[in-house]
Amino acid sequence: MTRIWRILGPVLFLLLIPSALRAAGVRDLVETNWLEQIGRFFTFRDVAVRYVLAGSILLGLSCGLLGSFIVVRKMALVGDTLSHAVLPGVALGFLWNMTKDPLTILIGATIAGLVGTSLVSAITQTTRLKEDTALGLVLASFFAAGICLITMIQRLPTGNKSGLDKFLFGQAAALGADDVTLMAIVAVVAVGSVIAFYKELLATSFDPGFARASGLPADWIHHGLMLVLTASLVVALQAVGVVLVSAMLITPAAAAYLLTDRLHRLVVLAAFFGVLAGVAGAFLSFVGPSLPTGPLMVVGASTVFAAAFLFGPRHGVLARWWRQRSGMARTQRENTLKSMFHVIETNGFRAEGVTLTELALRRRETMEDVQRLGKKLARHGLATVTSDVLYFTPAGRQRASEIVRNHRLWELYLTNSANIAADHVHEDAEKIEHILGESVVRELERKLGYATVDPHGKSIPTPRAIHGDAGLVDETKGRRK
Amino acid sequence: MTSDPVAPLEIHDVTVAYHRKPVLWGVDLVIPAGQLIGIVGPNGAGKSTLIKACMGLLPMQSGWVKIFGLPFSKVASRVGYVPQRESVDWDFPVNVMDVVLMGRYGRLGLLRRPSKTDRELARSCLEKVHLLPYANRQIANLSGGQQQRVFLARALAQEADLYFMDEPFAGVDAATESAIITVLRELRDRGKTILVVHHDLPTARQYFDQLLLLNMNVIAFGKTEEVFTAELLQKTYGGRLTILSEVAQALGAQSAPR
Repeated sequence: MTRIWRILGPVLFLLLIPSALRAAGVRDLVETNWLEQIGRFFTFRDVAVRYVLAGSILLGLSCGLLGSFIVVRKMALVGDTLSHAVLPGVALGFLWNMTKDPLTILIGATIAGLVGTSLVSAITQTTRLKEDTALGLVLASFFAAGICLITMIQRLPTGNKSGLDKFLFGQAAALGADDVTLMAIVAVVAVGSVIAFYKELLATSFDPGFARASGLPADWIHHGLMLVLTASLVVALQAVGVVLVSAMLITPAAAAYLLTDRLHRLVVLAAFFGVLAGVAGAFLSFVGPSLPTGPLMVVGASTVFAAAFLFGPRHGVLARWWRQRSGMARTQRENTLKSMFHVIETNGFRAEGVTLTELALRRRETMEDVQRLGKKLARHGLATVTSDVLYFTPAGRQRASEIVRNHRLWELYLTNSANIAADHVHEDAEKIEHILGESVVRELERKLGYATVDPHGKSIPTPRAIHGDAGLVDETKGRRK
Repeated sequence: MTSDPVAPLEIHDVTVAYHRKPVLWGVDLVIPAGQLIGIVGPNGAGKSTLIKACMGLLPMQSGWVKIFGLPFSKVASRVGYVPQRESVDWDFPVNVMDVVLMGRYGRLGLLRRPSKTDRELARSCLEKVHLLPYANRQIANLSGGQQQRVFLARALAQEADLYFMDEPFAGVDAATESAIITVLRELRDRGKTILVVHHDLPTARQYFDQLLLLNMNVIAFGKTEEVFTAELLQKTYGGRLTILSEVAQALGAQSAPR
């Protein structure tokens, strides 16, 4: 753990510097305004702040929750198309009674979304075009039609059009009581149906054929999911905007997918990340005036994803890099030990130690390199270093014998059992020697009849030589005539 | 069940088409109870299509299927299914136990969660396929043979009377193959009816009580020793050279004393 922090510490420090600089800059310019805004946000004095906060929590929750099913069902593009296809419906819902009534807009947008998705299935079923093309077609054409309609509405002389232009990029500050109520209803429906139908959602997402064959209503589950999804997207539009709302579906779920191997945990984690991103976006757009909320929320979600991608404990880039690095370092140490063993073996096991010159000659490396390798062994307690001689510690000698044994056993196994020529087996054994486990070694020894000589005529260290406390010299002398 | 007066599976004049090109044409079959039946035929003969059509997973152009004398939707809980291994994404975030429990979902009905009894049953199914120690593993971290056995355990958890299995022996190791055949024979001995899509002729002769030779329609259906003849196999495989040599080999193995 401490070793990880030795690496992580400087990285985190570097990450913090620019943000600290930026914060200082902002404070210098708009100090009072900035702090005042933060105060307003966290004390919830304003009704507007309460709406903004409630709205972003609700939309983050339902988008993250439903998004996890969209991601595991490989429907990310469907979500994107759906969110763009609802735009003409938003415009038509507005035209219905010329006000921004959330309910008519929801109904109009849901109808447009359903028309869009049925168009996609109609295209894929009746032509030879595949789903990705159909999705692209519907996305672009519906979005274009929506923008045209909204631009036309802006030019109309009548009606209260305020906020309609915010549907593109979102403005959480424009949320009203009606909007938040509707969001709450949709969120309750989303959470309720996921809890109620979790089993069916899981089965139909993993193996739709099996689910249908065991009598589960796969089609109803799919349509139900699409309906709740459309509603969640539409109520989120006002705050996030058409362009980016699908990112609030996909990004939190994608981040969660990198962190867990169980669907129920993924769903909870995605919902949490959604809420986190929503609140972060709302906060930043509130503090920095006239910043669109949608992009900020999505930046927040993407930051969460980047963190999961880089720092995830199992699938994260850093963890993988660390595992690979420590694996490589171990291989290097083991190769040094092996070279020491070879030198001692060449000397007929007369000397206990290996001079750095001998080791350098053996490894065809410079004295500096060999010195460095020796220090690494010493640090891991595998060897002791005096001025220019390296001595095995008991642990080092044991590991060296094991590696040499693994190498020679594997060579013998390949030549005997796999009928590979003796001059072909060395390269393979170079890799295998580091990863052979004790149980495989026992099995190999048994299969090879406890052979003592490898294909090149060299003796294979026996278990007694490796684990016995008698000295290496005495132990092997007898066998080497 | 053997006590059932009606056949486990009756197929009448079933035609299935993909994009109007028929894959199965006028299939008529009555499957008797308590048999282990292999469905054999060349690639594209409609083997998988047949079992999928029986479970309503594919639309039929004509004809009907009755399972225990009823349409499939009424008796879904008496039917078990092992789909092809490639049909799912093995990176899906579930562990082995989750997948086996899905076998219980059809019986549970809406809004109900698997109970302790269901979990106990799933565990015993995993034990039968020697996978109990892997119950908590994410399914991507299994070998192909182990993944196939997970599917078999899930089907066992369905506690069905009629089983459809789509190539359960495809690409599995020898240990898995013998584990699967043991389980299938045990099911058969308990009176269950099992239809297995199979691609390997020599083992088909060994494994199954009855064979269904299929190529767009039924070429032959009957006891393995009666149906596994050079003539009928040639009719099924239509004289393809590679297959013929395989058949010759299989027949050679048949005549050799065992």
